[in-house]
Amino acid sequence: MTTVLNLNGARLTALEDAELAARVAQDIPDGAYVNLGIGKPTHVSAYVPEGREVIYHSENGILGVGPTPPEGEEDLELIDASKRYVTAAPGAAYFEHSDSFAMMRGGHIDIAVLGAYQVAETGDLANWATLDEKFPPAVGGAMDLVVGVPRILVMMRHVNRDGTPKLLKRCTYPLTGLGVVSRVYTDLAVLDVTPGGFRVVELTKGNSLEDVQAVTEAKLLT
Amino acid sequence: MDKTVTDLESAVAPIPDGASVMIGGFGSSGIPFGLIDALLAQGATGLTVISNNAGAGETGIAKLLKAGRVAKVICSYPRSPGSIWFEKRYEAGEVALEVVPQGTLAERIRAAGAGLGGFLTPTGYGTLLAEGKETRIIDGRGYVLEAPLPADFALLRADRGDRWGNLSFHATARNFNPVMAMASKHAVAEVRQLSDTPLDPERVVTPGIFVQSVVEYGVRP
Repeated sequence: MTTVLNLNGARLTALEDAELAARVAQDIPDGAYVNLGIGKPTHVSAYVPEGREVIYHSENGILGVGPTPPEGEEDLELIDASKRYVTAAPGAAYFEHSDSFAMMRGGHIDIAVLGAYQVAETGDLANWATLDEKFPPAVGGAMDLVVGVPRILVMMRHVNRDGTPKLLKRCTYPLTGLGVVSRVYTDLAVLDVTPGGFRVVELTKGNSLEDVQAVTEAKLLT
Repeated sequence: MDKTVTDLESAVAPIPDGASVMIGGFGSSGIPFGLIDALLAQGATGLTVISNNAGAGETGIAKLLKAGRVAKVICSYPRSPGSIWFEKRYEAGEVALEVVPQGTLAERIRAAGAGLGGFLTPTGYGTLLAEGKETRIIDGRGYVLEAPLPADFALLRADRGDRWGNLSFHATARNFNPVMAMASKHAVAEVRQLSDTPLDPERVVTPGIFVQSVVEYGVRP
């Protein structure tokens, strides 16, 4: 169930991680080829409504990622990009890395769901490096996904743990890609990136536009 | 023609100090653990390791980092749960790091193996990782010129191999192994099973021309 956050004097209703994953899953259509980023986005597949056949791509070389195997039946050489044990769904294929990234850069994947440190109202995404020099950066496949996949969905908390905003006018962390994000799903709201900036698609039930705006640096359009 | 060698020690014997070494694998899948252990025992140091990750826990590349054998890591994702030895060496300034987007890493390796002088990719355009690199606008879109990435040696893990050096793989253990075979002067493959008979040509993923030696190492970690 939702939780209540007290931020900057506002009282906000926030979705739990599972609820957020379920919300993103509603927007994954039947027949889509989808890449789920490591971490929270991997949970989206569990909530895609019955009756939709979605083919999941994992950049380590599998198209058709199936569910987690039962305990004791794991294949040590069958993992996803999050390094979790998976199975191969009916119709799956294995391939090597340059083919895998040809699928991503070449525009063959329909949707990617990624986590983010920051998203700007221009659609700029920052999700690979912070400004902490002691913390080694790790880019993985994120930069390849954002240039090749036409629909980039970001799934993240609306604000940082310390309450500072993640939805900004301009990102302050190093960019993953410029103008690449289509839609952002947070625990507080769903926002489309439009030429004018973030447009509110929906607010988590219980939240007012004013309260969500109060914890968002960028201007929210309606 | 017979590219088989009898043991892991002989397979890694030619690797000198200062060599650049590609190591296949992604996460814990498709990593040549046997060859890495043999390289550690062999003692070569000052290595440049090219791999997707920088090892986790006390296994694989982490062992080489722990023993101080690695001067530089070229990879896309050095941080993994438990990548303590990379982090220790990095924080102490004992290992250099070049972070490359994963698809660019695979394609730079492939370009080296395919005899190309590089390629133009939209990946990284306008970001920190494109700084100092040549760029071009093609049909209104920005691209970055990326250079081929060859290596002296490649250590690979395959499922089956034959004496001609042909390799087949299991599930997601394929990952970087085929492109690394192409891009190195000397590719060594440890295989779960060395076949007495030729592999079915329809099932060969890496043709033997890209592989210089094959050694059986049945243990699947």
